[in-house]
Amino acid sequence: MKIREIKELLNAHVVCGESIMENDVFSACGSDMMSDVLAFVKDQGVLLTGLVNPQVIRTAEMMDMRCIVFVRNKVPNESMIDLAIDNGIVLLTTPTRMFEACGKLYEAGLRGKLKETGGDGNV
Amino acid sequence: MSDALRFHYDVDGENFTSAGEASAQVKKKLRQLGFSPDIIRRVSIAMYEGEINMVVHAGGGKADVFVYPENIEIVLEDSGPGIADVELAMKEGYSTAPDNVRALGFGAGMGLPNMKRYTDSMTVESELGVGTKIVMKVNV
Repeated sequence: MKIREIKELLNAHVVCGESIMENDVFSACGSDMMSDVLAFVKDQGVLLTGLVNPQVIRTAEMMDMRCIVFVRNKVPNESMIDLAIDNGIVLLTTPTRMFEACGKLYEAGLRGKLKETGGDGNV
Repeated sequence: MSDALRFHYDVDGENFTSAGEASAQVKKKLRQLGFSPDIIRRVSIAMYEGEINMVVHAGGGKADVFVYPENIEIVLEDSGPGIADVELAMKEGYSTAPDNVRALGFGAGMGLPNMKRYTDSMTVESELGVGTKIVMKVNV
């Protein structure tokens, strides 16, 4: 799914990354707990969250995620936006609530599929 | 061992906002060295969780990353309160983090389990009142 489609499905506002809206994402994850996000690697993912602090961007950076959607009109601050731009991560804000936002993306075909990874935990 | 590359970082325990900067720098260095995205992701996620732990629980610490031909070793050392029961701390969902840390998106009891999950070996040495040393290795 193109990031632009996510924007349209969620009636979202683009905070940064307008030039990379045609990038594809293949999986999604909705959570306010960053350690839960970090537990499961997904390929080229999008993160939906209601949490707003710099560690949200850091988490996405570590996971090689392409896009973060802030639900319920949460707005990231300047330092978060700068960090996202540095890492090529699109930031979107949507008035949609978490449950509904996840549902809309799922309905449109996006899944929470996992990627095989190494280590002795093998998620 | 003489051909190991070493990266050293001091992790600031007072600043939650800057937590993860060392891991982000390691990620960039490993990318420059040409490691695969999967290896880079495993090292940086494991180190990031460790870095967050040092900030949340131990008032900061130091992090060293050694790049050997056969593996990448991450050594995290702090002079914090130590872990009373390492086995318990390794269980998913067990956390001693205060509520204000949970409000920031951490403290779900996934930090140490995630570090184990993404690395090929992990040892935890901890002494109450003295500190904690964690050594993790990711085979390349």
